[in-house]
Amino acid sequence: MIKFDKVTKIYPSNTAVLKDVTFEIKEGEFVSIIGKSGAGKTTLTRLILGLEEPTYGEVYFKEKNMLVADASEIQKIRRSIGGIYQDYKLLPAKTVYENVSYVLEVKGTAQGEIKKEVEKVLDLIGLKDKKDNFPKELSGGEQQRLAIARALVIHPKIIIADEPTGNLDPYNTYEVIYLLEKINKAGATVILLTHNREIINKLGKRVITLVGGRIIRDEAEGRFII
Amino acid sequence: MFTNISRATKFAFQDFFRNKGVSVATIFILIITILLVTGLFFFQGVASYLTEEIQNKIDITAYFKDGTAEQDILIVKEEILNILPEIKKVEYISQDQAFIIFSENHQGDEVLFRAIEQVGSNPFLPSLSITTNGDPLQYEQVANALQTSSFSDLIENVDFYEKKDTIEKIYEITSTINKFGIFLGIVLIIIAASVVFNTIKLAVDNSKEEITTMRIVGASDWFIRGPFIIQGIIYGFIAFVFCFLISFALVLLTSPKISVIMPGFNLFDYFLTNLWILVLIQLGFGIAVGIISSIIVVKKYLKV
Ligand SMILES: Nc1ncnc2c1ncn2[C@@H]1O[C@H](COP(=O)(O)OP(=O)(O)O)[C@@H](O)[C@H]1O
Ligand SMILES: [Mg+2]
Repeated sequence: MIKFDKVTKIYPSNTAVLKDVTFEIKEGEFVSIIGKSGAGKTTLTRLILGLEEPTYGEVYFKEKNMLVADASEIQKIRRSIGGIYQDYKLLPAKTVYENVSYVLEVKGTAQGEIKKEVEKVLDLIGLKDKKDNFPKELSGGEQQRLAIARALVIHPKIIIADEPTGNLDPYNTYEVIYLLEKINKAGATVILLTHNREIINKLGKRVITLVGGRIIRDEAEGRFII
Repeated sequence: MFTNISRATKFAFQDFFRNKGVSVATIFILIITILLVTGLFFFQGVASYLTEEIQNKIDITAYFKDGTAEQDILIVKEEILNILPEIKKVEYISQDQAFIIFSENHQGDEVLFRAIEQVGSNPFLPSLSITTNGDPLQYEQVANALQTSSFSDLIENVDFYEKKDTIEKIYEITSTINKFGIFLGIVLIIIAASVVFNTIKLAVDNSKEEITTMRIVGASDWFIRGPFIIQGIIYGFIAFVFCFLISFALVLLTSPKISVIMPGFNLFDYFLTNLWILVLIQLGFGIAVGIISSIIVVKKYLKV
């Protein structure tokens, strides 16, 4: 589903952030990509979404080389991904409800269905009471949950979660991980990028370990060892 | 398509009311700008009225020989109009009229009138006074045509060369005024447009992060642009309504006063006869600047 082929990413006036990174993620997998902060996890996320281009090598999304995809293809890919971003990427001028409904509106979903889906996901994620609040009126944890709700509302076939639990307490952290496992069991591919040791050790799934921009380990039932 | 437009409209109104400060500021700037452009439009109206008035005061006169029959002069009048279509007006002034005009201009000058009485008869010559669009070259052409035509032996004298300097000077002044007006207009409109552009840029710059986020969730260019463009239209339309009412009120108030300074010029009539052009200018300028600025500014953030 996603393939990195000898990807090196060098930001302007910077040393390489990702070095010769090669891996493949199959449909339905649950893959954790771990590494200390600065290891290149967010950069990897941005490459998958076509927000950055690799300096060398190629990124494939469903056999499509992101380098040659045109704007509308990239937009389609982004609409199909449930993305949870480290800095949330919420729309500050829109309410909780509108932040979630926006992604469905982008997809062109009918109004009646939008209402149903948004209310369902806000209920699931525990933000129903806050649906008319603006992001700045939420706590960090609530904002993170809103970002998760937005990713889930489109029923994505693939979820990319960049530090989705960074601002959550242990209880909420396990809730979110449990949710991701459930969605994975239902058939979605899940890519979890994190530096949280406990989560990884409990999951018992495939783990790709990044150190200084290089993959040093890729194990089917990995543990957090750096 | 329809869903997208209605969603863009919804977003536009949401943003409009949620950022009231920005909306009010932008509309205010737009109003000032449109009023400036409107002012320019009225200024142009007054200026062209004035130059026309001045040019109408300028003429050259062909004096006919003493004793030329009025009939012949009237035939010449028709022929001149045929020779040179640029001529705006030809006026026949008979000997008697010339005397009356002279008397009116020199009322109370006893010495002069006694001198005329001594002559015994009316000393004035019948004449045709000719007005063109003010261009000295045209006056010269008229003068030459009169002197080389078949009826030239009826003509005693054409006063073009006596008046040449004055004609040239006035023409220069009026055309300088016109050129300056056009130049000033262009400069002001450019300044005005860039002020509005920068105001809208500030408004959109606020949304930079938002635009990036919209990109990340896969919104298309038009889906992102739409609300900003519609907001531009809303700004333009509201500003237009204000400007129209303000200019209507101002014209109503100042029209009588301007008629005192410039008899024959009715600002209110000018307003009414040019109503649709004015609406087009005000509405068009507001909306065009609103839309164009939105498109340009949003484009900057659509790179991702
Ligand atoms: N836009 C950028 N320009 C330059 N350097 C960047 C940029 N984004 C990230 N970096 C650098 O790349 C490295 C990896 O960052 P990142 O991918 O965010 O790592 P992680 O998500 O694992 O913490 C860091 O050293 C960071 O400073
Ligand atoms: Mg990161």
